[in-house]
Amino acid sequence: MSAPLLAVEGLSKRFGATHACRSISFELEEGEALAVVGESGSGKTTLLHMIAGLLPADSGTVLYRNRDGVSRELGIMSEGERRALMRTQWGFVHQDAARGLRMNVSAGGNIGERLMALGERHYGRIRASAQDWLERVEIPANRLDDSPQTYSGGMRQRLQIARNLVTAPRLVFMDEPTGGLDVSVQARLLDLMRGLIAEMGLAVVLVTHDLAVARLLSNRILVMKQGEVIESGLTDRVLDDPQAPYTQLLVSSVLAA
Amino acid sequence: MYVAVKGGEAAIRNAHALLADVRRGDRAAPEIGVDQIDGQLALAVDRVMSEASLYDRRLAALAIKQARGDIIEAIFLARAYRTTLPRFGYAEPLDTAAMRLRRRVSATFKDLPGGQVLGPTFDYTHRLVDFDLESPSELALPATAAVSAQPPAPRVTDLIARDDLIERERACQAPVADITRDPLQFPAGRDARLQTLARGDEGFLLGLAYSTQRGFGRNHPFVAEIRFGEVEAELFVEELGFAVPLGEVSVTECQMVNQFVGAADAPPRFTRGYGLVFGQSERKAMSMALVDRALRAGDYGEERKAPAQDEEFVLSHSDNVQATGFVEHLKLPHYVDFQAELALLRRLRREHQAKEAAE
Amino acid sequence: MSARAYNFAYLDEQTKRMIRRAILKAVAIPGYQVPFAAREMPMPYGWGTGGVQVTAAVIGPDDVLKVIDQGADDTTNAVSIRAFFAKTAGVATTTQTERATVIQTRHRVPETPLAEHQILVYQVPIPEPLRFLEPRETETRAMHALAEYGVMHVKLYEDIARHGHIATTYAYPTRVAGRYVMDPSPIPKFDNPKLDDCPALQLFGAGREKRIYAIPPYTQVVSLDFEDHPFERTKFDSACAFCGATDSFLDEVVTDDSGGRMFVCSDTDYCERRQAALEKEAAE
Repeated sequence: MSAPLLAVEGLSKRFGATHACRSISFELEEGEALAVVGESGSGKTTLLHMIAGLLPADSGTVLYRNRDGVSRELGIMSEGERRALMRTQWGFVHQDAARGLRMNVSAGGNIGERLMALGERHYGRIRASAQDWLERVEIPANRLDDSPQTYSGGMRQRLQIARNLVTAPRLVFMDEPTGGLDVSVQARLLDLMRGLIAEMGLAVVLVTHDLAVARLLSNRILVMKQGEVIESGLTDRVLDDPQAPYTQLLVSSVLAA
Repeated sequence: MYVAVKGGEAAIRNAHALLADVRRGDRAAPEIGVDQIDGQLALAVDRVMSEASLYDRRLAALAIKQARGDIIEAIFLARAYRTTLPRFGYAEPLDTAAMRLRRRVSATFKDLPGGQVLGPTFDYTHRLVDFDLESPSELALPATAAVSAQPPAPRVTDLIARDDLIERERACQAPVADITRDPLQFPAGRDARLQTLARGDEGFLLGLAYSTQRGFGRNHPFVAEIRFGEVEAELFVEELGFAVPLGEVSVTECQMVNQFVGAADAPPRFTRGYGLVFGQSERKAMSMALVDRALRAGDYGEERKAPAQDEEFVLSHSDNVQATGFVEHLKLPHYVDFQAELALLRRLRREHQAKEAAE
Repeated sequence: MSARAYNFAYLDEQTKRMIRRAILKAVAIPGYQVPFAAREMPMPYGWGTGGVQVTAAVIGPDDVLKVIDQGADDTTNAVSIRAFFAKTAGVATTTQTERATVIQTRHRVPETPLAEHQILVYQVPIPEPLRFLEPRETETRAMHALAEYGVMHVKLYEDIARHGHIATTYAYPTRVAGRYVMDPSPIPKFDNPKLDDCPALQLFGAGREKRIYAIPPYTQVVSLDFEDHPFERTKFDSACAFCGATDSFLDEVVTDDSGGRMFVCSDTDYCERRQAALEKEAAE
């Protein structure tokens, strides 16, 4: 029985007097999608940033199992190793696509960057890969040379996804990936994401306040409130039959369509 | 028939001679004296000393004469001269509390020990051009009151600190940086930052300081104190085992008190900004204090959003000798690179035309 | 000018030692930018103070100095710098590349191939090849340390996508000894191949930015490109109007205001020698 892909143990963070995260622990298997839900102030975004190595934790460990089967602790990894991991085995989809893209570089350049960082030196092949991915995320082929400044919000998110997935990462972090988008645009995007996650066997840690997004994309769910995990389990079970009063409150507050 | 351009050496020699001629100007007018510049254009001399980081009034005045009044050119001359001087060591920190005050004002208290001493300032003058100054005047020396010893005038920030209402400055245990010996690295320590600001261009820092007041990194400043006067510079001599006085320097010190900040484990206190310059350059000392405080955003968990809070931006572009060198270097020949660009551009246009013709 | 005595080559010995230490580090790590405490010089920043400090640190009384700007010995800045060293170091100066032991240059590499005993000192305005993509020093330092150079190829990709060609024509980025990406200073890309496997020592000085870097003799220097868009040397449509050379970088000279143009060698020494050789031939 191999170690889980990601093992988080006792992760904590304080900002002054506020406990943003209190000793959070969970495990994630390869190909598994985990949603971390909660209202603003629950600590879910802080948790995501700590796991991804973007924010130092006050205490606790994060173990990641490499392609070679060896589990490494992120806290003691060198800056270079962490950045290499970010480029090859991981992805990070930001809520604001402008943060995850080079806005003054064409779509092709954005998608091709990781390939070029890994040593791909054939312009034609890079362009072909970029074209391929543009198609997979359902962006019209003639937009390849346009900069994302000319893209709509939904298209920018698709581009961000393509940019992350081009190196076939094993684990993708997502921070409110559909936040701020129109409902119909969200629906199409979620559909696309669900397909890609399944197709590529991606493991996902997804932060969202939207229970519908959690239900559509994740297998398991963590419900957070004020830095603590209130309830966890299979997404369908937790959302259909919430045990904790807070979870029940969350589920019942969702407006019926 | 075109002949290659030659004669650069002769051209340079002639340019130098022409420069010396226009510098002297109309021979009928009296030649300007270094004494006159030092005495009657003293504030220009003060600025040159500060930004050249060299306290030598006569040299600064001479530089201004040689530079035909171009202050940044004069600063460059003095700065280059500074490089050639031998270094004996570092002076002891100036004790500005022991300053022989010529001017001392505080905006935070109506009255205070030592009083508000206006000194020689433009502050309350009406800016009406005085045409009497066109012709030499016989200005009598003013009557002076008999003055006893200067009353004690403790620093205002020390007064506020007595009640622990303002953050305390800690004596630096680590060796102090020297930006004239080691290149600036980022992130920079406060010592390197203040040294860079002390020689920074007055106009640049003034604009940045102004921007903080208008909301680009506002930090609610008050002038706790501005003091101008003479302080003794001392050098600790190993062989003697004590510090010896080297002489007096005139400096302007500005202490700003800024918005208070507290942390989870510490009660709220006022924060501060500091400015120190040679001579009576108040505008520069105040601007320096405002920018110093803005750059300390990191110490107080403030989000760095404004240009004045951006350390790399401020410190990389504040040195006017560097700035003028690089801006003006564009006058040097760049025709080889321009030729390379022309070649590419022509090629791209040819291809563009061929494409259009084909369509 | 007052009769004040200067130390040999203007800089004091401590400063020269400091610069030489930086040069040694640079030679030990080809293409890596070594920070150094540049001094204010009597010429402005941007006018060659970095090159002058490097030359002052390596030059000795028996050296022969050549100074060129845009390939010519007679341009005003080259004249000024040559005069500076003649005055403060009393060294012999020359306009002939073959006779020089130290050559300080701005924006060109001499056409005449260099030899093992020579040192070429380049004047560098902006030493950081990643600067136009990333203005922050803290970030570019990390990128070099981690060899994160993908973003450089992104720039080249964008050029090809937009123009069909790589659009960098000078200060064309190179990879040195397979490790550091280096800006060769604003030399035209025509000169890039001369840096590769060069018998001479190549030193680069940036005074205002306070960096020194180096290419030791016989070091591999490769210009960045794509496999299917390989680095191309600029070709000129005409030959030099004075000496007929077809293998040198040519300056375009406007001869009248009705579009008259002629092309002449940028390297004045190279051109004059070729002209002298042609005259000799014609006389025989």
